[in-house]
Order: sequence, then C-alpha cells, then structure tokens
Amino acid sequence: MGENVISVQDFRKVYGQTVAVAGISFAVGRGEIFGLLGPNGAGKTSTLECLEGIRRVDGGRLDILGIDPGRDARRLPRLIGVQLQSSGLPGTITVNEAICFFCAYHRVAPRYDLLDRLGLAEKRGSQYLQLSTGQQRRLALALAIAHRPAVVILDEPTAGLDVGSRAELHALMEELKREGTSILLATHDMAEAEKMADRVAILLRGKIAAEGTPRELTAAGSGFTKVSVHSEADVLFQNGHAFPGVSRHMVQDENAIYFSTDPGPTVSAILDYLQARQDKLVDLRVERPFLEERFLEITQEGNGGNGGHCLAEHAYAALNGGMADGGVK
Amino acid sequence: MTALATHLGFEFKIGLRNPSALLLNYLFPLAFYGLMGMVMTKIYPGFTQVLIPAMVIFATMSSAVLGLASPQVELREAGVFRSYKINGVPALAILGLPTLTSALHILIVSAIITVTAPALFGGASPTNWGAFLLVTLAVVFTYSALGALIGVISANSRATVLWSQLIFLPSMLLGGLMVPLSALPASILPVSKLLPTAYATQAYQGLAFGQPTVMSPPGSLALLLASGVLAFGLAVYLFNWDSRNSTRRGHPLLALLVLLPYVLGIFLG
Repeated sequence: MGENVISVQDFRKVYGQTVAVAGISFAVGRGEIFGLLGPNGAGKTSTLECLEGIRRVDGGRLDILGIDPGRDARRLPRLIGVQLQSSGLPGTITVNEAICFFCAYHRVAPRYDLLDRLGLAEKRGSQYLQLSTGQQRRLALALAIAHRPAVVILDEPTAGLDVGSRAELHALMEELKREGTSILLATHDMAEAEKMADRVAILLRGKIAAEGTPRELTAAGSGFTKVSVHSEADVLFQNGHAFPGVSRHMVQDENAIYFSTDPGPTVSAILDYLQARQDKLVDLRVERPFLEERFLEITQEGNGGNGGHCLAEHAYAALNGGMADGGVK
Repeated sequence: MTALATHLGFEFKIGLRNPSALLLNYLFPLAFYGLMGMVMTKIYPGFTQVLIPAMVIFATMSSAVLGLASPQVELREAGVFRSYKINGVPALAILGLPTLTSALHILIVSAIITVTAPALFGGASPTNWGAFLLVTLAVVFTYSALGALIGVISANSRATVLWSQLIFLPSMLLGGLMVPLSALPASILPVSKLLPTAYATQAYQGLAFGQPTVMSPPGSLALLLASGVLAFGLAVYLFNWDSRNSTRRGHPLLALLVLLPYVLGIFLG
C-alpha cells in the first residue's frame, strides 16, 4: 500500500484505573481502507478519538500525515475528515447551512454535489432534527469528505442505513479509495468490513487480538469451509464415509453439508463418491469462512471460551437459519 | 473571515428559528416590558423615570443570562463542540459568536423599548444618548459574557438554570430594577453591590439620564466592564470541548473570580 498515512505505536489510553487501550500498534497505508473491529468497550472509539485529537494520549505514539494529534491537533482539520457516531450538529441547522458552515471553515466552496450524490438534494432546507437517522448519517459523511481530506475516519458509517444507502456509501468509499484517500473504518458490521477493508484489526480488551487481510484472518481460524452438496439420489445422506479434511457434517434441507479445513480434496472425494454410486450432482456450493465467524472465535477465545468447532458451526447455523433439519451428526 | 461571517449568520438565524431562543430573546422581554409599562407605571408613577433602563437590563438578562447558557450546555452534551473542534471551528468562535448574536438580539429589543416607551407609557428618554449607547453596550457585553461563563461551567442544563436564577432573581429584587437602590435598607446594599444589575442601573441613571445615584456612575461603568472582561476571559480559559473529557484547564469554581470587581465595589462605596 506504499507509505503509511496513519501510524499507531504502542498506544495507551487510560480512564482513571481503567485501561481502555493497552499498547496497540498498527499502520494504515495511503489509499487503504483499514477496518477497526471489536466488541463494545474494546477501545475502538478511544483510539479514534485520540487520532482525531479530541482526547489526550496516555502513552505511545500516534502520527497522522506527520502530525502528532496530541500535540498539534490544530493542523489536523484540513487533512482529515471525521464522521462521528453521535450527531455532531445543532438540531436546528439546515442541510444547506451545515454544508456551507463546515465548508467555510475548511475554506472550500460548498459541496452541494455531495448532497445530490448522497440523496439529500431534496432535504436542503430541512433542519437536522427533521432528517431520518440514515439521512443524518449521510449528511455527516458528506461533511466529513467535503474538503477532500487525505484521511477519512468513519465511525459506524452505515448504522441505520437502508440497503440502497449502504450500497451508495460503499461505492463512495471505493471512489475515495481510488482517489488515494485512506479510510479508517470502525464498524460492528463484519460483512461490511469483509467487503470494504483491505486490512482489519480486531481489538479486544484494549489489545489487538488479530490483524491482517480479511482472507488472512479467516484462514488463520479453525478454517472451516462450508461445502454444500445436493444430489438426485441423496446418497450422501446415508454416508458415514469420512471425506478428507472434513471434521463434521450435517444435513440441512436437501443438502449434505460438510465443514472442511481442506476443501479441494474434500470436493474431489465427494464427486468421486457420487460418481462411483451413479448419483447425479444437482448443486454444489463451496463457501469460504466468513470474517464474522473468525471474529466470534477470536472474541470467544479472548473471553476464555472454548471457541473452535462448536462456535464455528453455531455461526454457520445462525447465518443459515439454524440447524433444524438434521442437526450436527 | 468568510467562515466567521457564515457562522455569525447561522447563529443569528438560530436565535429566530429556535422557539426557546425566540421566547427569551424577544417574546419574554417585550411581554414583560408591556406588562410593566401598563401596570407598574400606574402603581408607582416614579417608575417612568427608570422604565427604559430597567427594561433594557431585563431584556439583556433574559437573552444573555437565561438564553445563552443552556444551548451551550446542550450542544456540548450532544457532542457538537467535538465535531466543531474536529472541523477546525475555534473555541473563541464557539463562545464569541453566540455572545455577539445574542448582543444583536438584545440591541434590537432595546431599540424597540427605547423608541416606544416614551410614547406608550411616558417613559423618560435618556438625556445623553451617547452615554446611553455606551452603557447599553457595556451592559450587553457584561451579561453576555456572564451567560457564556455560566454555559462553560455548568455540568448540565439543571446547573445552568440554577446559576442563571442565582443572578436573575436577586437582580430583579435587589439590583435596582423594581426598587431603586436608594430606597433599599442600608444593610441590604452590600448584597446589591454583588450584582451586576446594581452597577448597570447606577451607570444608566447617572450617565445617561442625569439622575441622582448612590454610587459613582463612571466607577459603576468601569466595574461593570471589568467584570465583563473577566467573565469572558474566564469563559475562554475554562472552556471545555467535551463533557466527557476528564481533564480541564481549571476548576469551575474559578468562575467566582468574576465577583472580584463587585467585591471591590462594596469597599469603594
């Protein structure tokens, strides 16, 4: 990703006796989307707020585009754009006034084009309090990127948005990335992180529990790839045969489902098995592990749970509507 | 400059758009002025002599002390100041521009009162218009600075109301608005001298209306201004971007320093 625009080294944040962040390090490259994931209270917001220069750093070193936010926060507003999780706007300000107000302080012409782009054109005269949650978040995003900052920090940007608005926002993030903007994205939405982020860090109790690309993280887990097979004669339903790489299997609706750590040999063996028994394949689906599953594993491990297989299967079951038919064998 | 002008315009419109602000900036002071003009001048005819300064001070207290502090606390609680900081809005603008727009609203209401009081209720007009304008600007500045300071030190809206009423109610009763300072018992006068209203009424009466006073009018004006400067300076010093921030520059009780000029006034007589 080239040079780093955000560098966090051994960063600590303490509130009284409570250690919110206990010495974390990560870096964000130019044009990179970096996801910061973690359960509530993991230290995400503290990290973001210190990077934004609105909270004091208690240890370590933060750097955004060569600026130490703790010492020189006044230079930050021109260079970074921030979408806060809370409103951040007076209730009676209109959409037009908000864009004029913030653009004036950033010394750029009002970006009305962003209002059109984010579906707020018809709401220009509406007061902030009259907007829906989704519209408020879209306005906050427009204000965060209005001055074309090199770094954008987004805190739960798609919370409360409908499907169309989410897609539009994701498209906008992709566009910003193509233009070389770096995005630090804090989110609870694993699907969003998996789709949008080049790399992610999972924060747990103030420490980074895992870091890497979504693919690397999911591969580093218990590694279940889900192989679903539907055949005409359903010979697999009676199968007690252990295919290579499969640790568990189940029946769900018309499918035999296998959880495999080595999907290539598993699929090969299943196809050979069907061919040998002259059963005709109707459908075969191979789904790699989700980031959400890995996230659950990591948080469970961090909390002293057993994690592993049961959790992975539970995650799959939850995502697929339960294990009502057949259950785990 | 463009940013400050945009910000100022926005703050001014808020004062007209927000029902609470509209009430405290215009409706409440003008309704009270109408009531006092109709009733008080009949009960106590001498009140016509102080009707204009008393109602201008009342309008100032309503707009600045009652109306300026609460929105500041609400915006801070809602994280708006944090958002402002991230977007480069300076603390001085956050404190100064609402104070300035509040002053503009007060000046509009003061002009309405000053122009209509002689014709409607027989209110005495100033004998020295220059001094009247000067004292009015000093009064507006001092009370607006006090309002800003109350907003800065109040932890929540309830505290704002408490602090505001601590100035508002004693000012009404003991500050020379309803009852002239000369008519108050001598034992009460030191308490009155802890209130900015006492100095405001004395400055108006002595400098703008040529009436007798119990304190030196220029001295009263000087102490009033000193208190205003001190209040605004303390508001800037104690300003907090974020109610959740555990560190702040000074203890809120430092705000009591604003009383120093008035304590001096007690000893100067």
